[in-house]
Amino acid sequence: MRRSRRTLVALRSGPEWAIEAIIRVLGVSTIGLVALIFIFLLTEGLPAFFEIPLGNLLGIRWYPTSELYGTLPLLLGSVLITVVAMIIAFPLGVCTAVFIREIAPAWAREILKPMVEVLAGIPSVVLGFFGMVVLAPVVREGLGAPTGLTTFTGALVLAYMALPTIISVAEDALDAVPKSYRDAGLAMGATEWQTIWRVVLPAARSGILMALMLGMGRAIGETMAVMMVTGNAARMPVGLDALLRPVRTMTATIAAEMGEVASGSTHYHVLFAIALILFVLVFAITLASASVMFRRRERGGLR
Amino acid sequence: MVETKIRVDHVSYWYSGNQALSDISLEVPARSVTVFFGPAGGGKTTLLRLINRLNAQLENTRMEGSILVDGEDIYAPTVSLPELRRRAGMVFALPLPLPGTIRQNVLYGPSLAGIRDRARLDGILYRSLVQAALWDEVKDRLDSPASGFSGGQQQRLCIARSLAVEPDILLLDEPTSGLDPISTAKVEQSLMELKEQYTIILVPHSVQQAARVADYAAFFLMGELVEQGSGEALFTRARDQRTEDYVTGRFG
Amino acid sequence: MNPHLVQKLGFGLLALISLVVVIPILLVIGAILAQGAPAISAEFLTAMPRDGMKAGGILPAIVGTLLLTAGTGLVAIPMGVGAAIYLSEYARDTGLTRAVRLAIVNLASVPSVVYGLFGVGIFVLLLQFGTSILAGSLTLAIMTLPVIISTSEEALRAVPMEFRTVSASLGGTPWQGIRRVVLPQALPGIITGVILGLLRSAGETAPILFTVAAFYLPALPQSVMDQTMALPYHLYVISTQVPGMPLSIQFGTALTLLIYVLSMNVIATLIRGYFRRRREW
Ligand SMILES: Nc1ncnc2c1ncn2[C@@H]1O[C@H](COP(=O)(O)OP(=O)(O)O)[C@@H](O)[C@H]1O
Ligand SMILES: [Mg+2]
Repeated sequence: MRRSRRTLVALRSGPEWAIEAIIRVLGVSTIGLVALIFIFLLTEGLPAFFEIPLGNLLGIRWYPTSELYGTLPLLLGSVLITVVAMIIAFPLGVCTAVFIREIAPAWAREILKPMVEVLAGIPSVVLGFFGMVVLAPVVREGLGAPTGLTTFTGALVLAYMALPTIISVAEDALDAVPKSYRDAGLAMGATEWQTIWRVVLPAARSGILMALMLGMGRAIGETMAVMMVTGNAARMPVGLDALLRPVRTMTATIAAEMGEVASGSTHYHVLFAIALILFVLVFAITLASASVMFRRRERGGLR
Repeated sequence: MVETKIRVDHVSYWYSGNQALSDISLEVPARSVTVFFGPAGGGKTTLLRLINRLNAQLENTRMEGSILVDGEDIYAPTVSLPELRRRAGMVFALPLPLPGTIRQNVLYGPSLAGIRDRARLDGILYRSLVQAALWDEVKDRLDSPASGFSGGQQQRLCIARSLAVEPDILLLDEPTSGLDPISTAKVEQSLMELKEQYTIILVPHSVQQAARVADYAAFFLMGELVEQGSGEALFTRARDQRTEDYVTGRFG
Repeated sequence: MNPHLVQKLGFGLLALISLVVVIPILLVIGAILAQGAPAISAEFLTAMPRDGMKAGGILPAIVGTLLLTAGTGLVAIPMGVGAAIYLSEYARDTGLTRAVRLAIVNLASVPSVVYGLFGVGIFVLLLQFGTSILAGSLTLAIMTLPVIISTSEEALRAVPMEFRTVSASLGGTPWQGIRRVVLPQALPGIITGVILGLLRSAGETAPILFTVAAFYLPALPQSVMDQTMALPYHLYVISTQVPGMPLSIQFGTALTLLIYVLSMNVIATLIRGYFRRRREW
């Protein structure tokens, strides 16, 4: 059964060429999108730096109606609440990751992991609502704050919002530690506990650092929950009682005031400038952790 | 006068700067078994993959020289890769069934080529499985998942799958390396029948297998073609000392 | 101290800490369930709000959220899966590809309120869509893209390279290999990623604040150029902007939103588990 001679030359079929072209365009347009977002923030935000004297912009008073655009309280508010949230969430998250990966019996893992996933799935507005109606009264009564809507309340809610990120990234980091490390530790007569602290955790430290950074990125950008539970007072969060007083973040400021400003006004430009600062902050965090992530996979594509 | 099916002409090849083949020239006669043999790293797989251009998907590689199939330069810009690969089928060292049933595996190639006619597809299925000496073992289970069969059956399935696209050339890269002796014998048996119709290039998994099946043979050592000729000549009276050493097991 | 005793104490401490993580989650869900369930009735889910939202149902918010999810999916699924296929199957490892990957990772961590601003600037003002379902869906879609792209790409890459090689060696074009072998194998992972992305967008408030959400709109939207109410924004509004709002309506709205989002979560988990057990390789 011989077949007649075929030639090796065949034209590429039309639809296939079109599909591949579309896919390529889609792929490349995602980067265009990021560029677009950045350019847009730049063109709308940069004018703020020309319209407002730097002294005003970096001042400590945020009263846009009186042309006072001091962003310092907002910046410090975001930083303070994020730092406090991380002080709560980082140890909790890493310990939970260690428990899930290294210690927990199977049944406990089967409960813990879905619970963490559920937490990740709860919309921030729902957590904010819970913080307002349940947590805030507790903080007011329990800690004697004049109002329950405080930095501490916000940080607590934020901590739980950042936990899923911290736990899952830390889990991955622990997972990446070769089993032989653990065996070596145990073989030297160390207990599992000692092995975890002296061998496994140090070996996973870059990944755990990444967990901290990504958790921070998640916390600093959070908007709704923060806006609902922090009281939103734009005052400098200094002094020992700052934790128990209201605070206002950059994100909450944008969300609260964007609806009222006239497009193209100075106030409008300042809000974009704040978004620009947020974008750059998060971008820096991403870049820092990206080096860890890129090391993981190396493979070419099929042409 | 034997008809030349494939002509490899002064081919050199580099993987990101590391030379894997240097100045290889050889001719593969039609309708016979040619073996590429030699120690690992000699470039046999590389040359095989160059013949149906499977290496086209790799980055940072470079090739010099030319390869002609039926006198046509397969690296000419007008050559269609799918068309070339339909003409030169490939079987890999490990059995690699696609997800799906026996039937789906065998008919994957024909369906890619746009064949829809049921009767024709059934004919292809039957012919390919018979040619690969697998029909009797699977004829009642054509719609069972391919993953449920033994390694030897899976490898013959892969051969059948290659045959289903009606190639002229079969490239087999250590197709029996993962198989037990009985399965190996079955595969070799079917190769003996297939060479009546097909041009076969086989990378054997042992010198013994090379000697059993080779009509023609080429000995590769570290990217160089040391010696080529009829199988009988290479395995009984090699001209080059290195071939001799390898064939008699004194290599090392 | 005896190291084994230390270990016992240490393990106990970690277990305790895990409880500290889990118990608030149970508290949140429990509280919302306990207080929200009595509020939910057929009327609550199918009626228009009345008396300045202090009575009646939340139908327009439910419908709005469903519409926004659908609109988001319509835009984000083809774009996201397409981009993932490009990255995993076509793109070579060049500077541009790395830039795209970095861009995606970065997009994933951009705060949602920044997406909201972007949506206002581009869709509402520049492209003149106004505050509309169209503008809101596009904004949410852009926010969802990175999730869909990265999970889909991961699913595609998990399909063994050999399948592509086999397909090519049988005369398949790259696209044939992708469509007939790679995509079917990656589908469960892609579906999971898509659902997780849509779930996230369904619960977001900040991106829709100024692009689509209506404070109080006792009518269903008639076209994609209309504003609409939406569950997350509605919850925000009735818990912060309307004095004297009955707590039961607030909890009922929270529970409705929670059920919507968590049921998508459960579906994604089920799909993933089902296919993981059936996988042939
Ligand atoms: N994909 C690849 N990338 C880089 N180097 C490769 C690749 N495949 C093979 N090589 C190198 O090319 C040389 C020849 O390999 P190969 O063709 O596989 O030899 P053989 O099949 O005879 O064992 C070896 O040195 C091998 O390391
Ligand atoms: Mg080889």
